[in-house]
Amino acid sequence: MDATIIEPQHPRMLPALTDLNRAFWTGGATGRLLIARCAACRRWVHPPVATCPGCGGAVVAEPVSGRGTVFTWTLNMQQFHPDIPPPNLIAIVELAEQSDLRIPTNIVGCDPDRLRCGLPVRVLFEHHGEIYYPVFEPEGA
Amino acid sequence: MDVPEKQAIISGIGISRIGRRTGIPAIDLTMESSRAAIADAGLTAADIDGIATLGDTPLREAATALGITPTYRGGGFDTGGLLSPVMSAFLAVAQGRARHVLVYRTIQMMGGEYVPREGDAAPAEVADPDGGQAGLARSLGDMGPLLAADAFSAVNWLGMHCQRHMHLYGTTREQLGALAVNSRRNAGLNPSAVYRQPITLDDYLAARVISTPFGLLDCDVPIDGSIAVVVSGAAHAADCPSRPIRVEAIGGSAGTGGWVDRPDYPKMASVDAAAEMWSRTDLTPRDLDIAELYDGFTFLTFAWLEALGICGDGESGPFVEGGARIALDGQLPLNTYGGQLSAGRMHGYWVLHEACVQLRGDGGARQVARQPEVAIVSVGGGPIAGCMLLTR
Repeated sequence: MDATIIEPQHPRMLPALTDLNRAFWTGGATGRLLIARCAACRRWVHPPVATCPGCGGAVVAEPVSGRGTVFTWTLNMQQFHPDIPPPNLIAIVELAEQSDLRIPTNIVGCDPDRLRCGLPVRVLFEHHGEIYYPVFEPEGA
Repeated sequence: MDVPEKQAIISGIGISRIGRRTGIPAIDLTMESSRAAIADAGLTAADIDGIATLGDTPLREAATALGITPTYRGGGFDTGGLLSPVMSAFLAVAQGRARHVLVYRTIQMMGGEYVPREGDAAPAEVADPDGGQAGLARSLGDMGPLLAADAFSAVNWLGMHCQRHMHLYGTTREQLGALAVNSRRNAGLNPSAVYRQPITLDDYLAARVISTPFGLLDCDVPIDGSIAVVVSGAAHAADCPSRPIRVEAIGGSAGTGGWVDRPDYPKMASVDAAAEMWSRTDLTPRDLDIAELYDGFTFLTFAWLEALGICGDGESGPFVEGGARIALDGQLPLNTYGGQLSAGRMHGYWVLHEACVQLRGDGGARQVARQPEVAIVSVGGGPIAGCMLLTR
């Protein structure tokens, strides 16, 4: 997978980078979504933590397919942040690799009327300096 | 069942003037509710030896205004969610650390969004010894990724819970609207409520979209106001001029799984709080006569109905649909004061106040005719949850 990189429509409230989260937020520079994974039991872990909550093993970031489904979503129409106008298509995407692997994100390139829970989506990245923010678009878009 | 909270009573209640952008200083609102609650308990300020809060008026400011130096100070934000100060007071009197604890909550047009300003530190894990809301940030600890996704408000976070519930169970906007209509009808009978004009289901459906599936009338109403209760040891019951309210059981949750990652999403911490509460009593959901359930958004009340076992998973929509079951003369009168949706957003304390009013039989035009004996009070959404069973 080498996902598309797009330029942002507006600024984002992005997190400070740490040793733990750096791979997730910057991996998109190479077109890949990197998710923490336990080297021992192979469980995917997100948000990233130092050791596997299941077995205590060491966790290392690995690329995932970038495919998933819309777990749930909302179309926000109210302006809360002065620099970020609505509408905002907000979703939690469940990655294909594991049933509880969820990422809060935005859906792009999708008519809100088409959006539904279970809609297949794939990742692309929005470029914000060092950070490549993962957003998702419908498969086949 | 012998649990320590049963050694506590609510001996007095008080409510201030309530309104939108009243311009009344928070300390004045706090004194209105506190003095009313102390008098209602048959006490004077000098009898108050404990104080607890979570909100806009710091403990020391309220204590100074009352001219007291309470030895017990409680509150802040822990496993009982927004009701933590009340629960801490129950345990303080049960332990004999205080005889009469004043608990108040004062609100000034508090909103439900979190938009960090430039230079803000990340939400810190801090406890505020003066009873402030700093601990709230801890419970919002997983909101960084939500803010990054332009989800700045609880309306977004809970809109997603509601959308998932609709997907799983077929819950509808019309069902959510039945709650909003019921609340407005009850608010019309409550002189303190801020929105009292009746609404129809069509009004609800036509309200502007805020964050799907929520429209404006799914959202509670920010207000200014203050509510206070006096928590006393059960031995004071015989001396109460007003009917004392008994505490049957409490429950709370530390919020595991946050806003996004609960394996049983769209369930919330309310499930864990309810389970703890029911484990501390021989009463069951069938024993409830009225329900005063948190409604920062319509869906939160639906979530509490299911969490508390009042109905099964996914059955809250059919339970509320049409509104007959939850009306004042229904099987389970719900949010009899008008809820935060219509009476106003006292952030969990008006449900507590109203349960006491109804259990005393003091509800006036909105009093449930078949005198309630057992009331459930629940507060919170997402990873924040606390609930309690009260009896007369």
